[in-house]
Amino acid sequence: MRQKNAGQSFRQGLIDGVPIALGYISVSFGFGILCVKGGFSALTAVLISLTNVTSAGQLAGLGIMLAVGTLMEIIVTEFVINMRYALMSISLTQKLDSSFTTPRRMFCAFAMTDEIFAVASSREGKIGAKYFYGLMLLPVAGWVAGTALGALAGGILPESITNAMGIALYGMFLAIILPPATKSRAVAICVVLAAALSIVLNVVPLFSAISSGFSIVICAVIASAFVSWRFPVADEEGGEA
Amino acid sequence: MPVWVYILAMALVTYLIRMLPFTLFRKKIKSRFIRSFLYYVPYAVLSAMTIPGIFSSTGNTITAAVGFVVAAVLALFKRSLLTVAVAACAAAYIAGLFVG
Repeated sequence: MRQKNAGQSFRQGLIDGVPIALGYISVSFGFGILCVKGGFSALTAVLISLTNVTSAGQLAGLGIMLAVGTLMEIIVTEFVINMRYALMSISLTQKLDSSFTTPRRMFCAFAMTDEIFAVASSREGKIGAKYFYGLMLLPVAGWVAGTALGALAGGILPESITNAMGIALYGMFLAIILPPATKSRAVAICVVLAAALSIVLNVVPLFSAISSGFSIVICAVIASAFVSWRFPVADEEGGEA
Repeated sequence: MPVWVYILAMALVTYLIRMLPFTLFRKKIKSRFIRSFLYYVPYAVLSAMTIPGIFSSTGNTITAAVGFVVAAVLALFKRSLLTVAVAACAAAYIAGLFVG
């Protein structure tokens, strides 16, 4: 598979995007269902997926919309949850070839997800804009199509199935955070600490006034800051989030 | 506040965070703390979102707990995102046949 110039070819990008797209369809299906269950239209669900293309941010955003949160809350929450994309974007700029003009960068950045970043950055050598177009096409299409299917089928499928599908996104999150946690003690501590704080904020009555969005922000900032202080990453590790 | 305002705000913030560094950034972040912080943030965010949220994701704590255990075990065995997500749904569904 790893032929020369593979990082330049649209076709190779498409191929690399297939497994990501398959994963996205099933996960965004769950998001579509959650939206409709929350009382939003299928069109709203599709618009959110088309304009955001991010699981964690959309799920948190949906929670804030359901709770009729403030504009400031949704902006701060999305900022913190999606902050990782800034690091990924910075990291990937080091691998772009000269075909990445400024307008092309502005276009491709739209599809900077955890999985697309992971695949693009694991390619040997430089990557070209055509490769990135191929890589982003199927996952973005799958993300939007899965949302539409979930939102539409959510009303047709029996509740026993749609209820079960509500867990899909969370399952994917576990698949992202647990494998690295088994390899790095620092990541494991970070994951456990964030989860513990999250339980405290959600269970202790004293904190019940804190909304779900800010709760995630507070937990993530405290856990990340603590681990960064105790276990700062080495130079090479910094871009591999 | 209308729904489209929420969507627009989410979309704008999400896009700008991705686009501005991708388009403008050419140098490396010098602060080791900030680099570390950015490295750990995704794990912390996803963890805080999953716990305890996952336990109310299926409308029944028991079916969700079964889905959680299955997902966690498969994730620890490094199964793909797709496998883990689908298996969690299947486990929650099957558990629902018994407790639902």
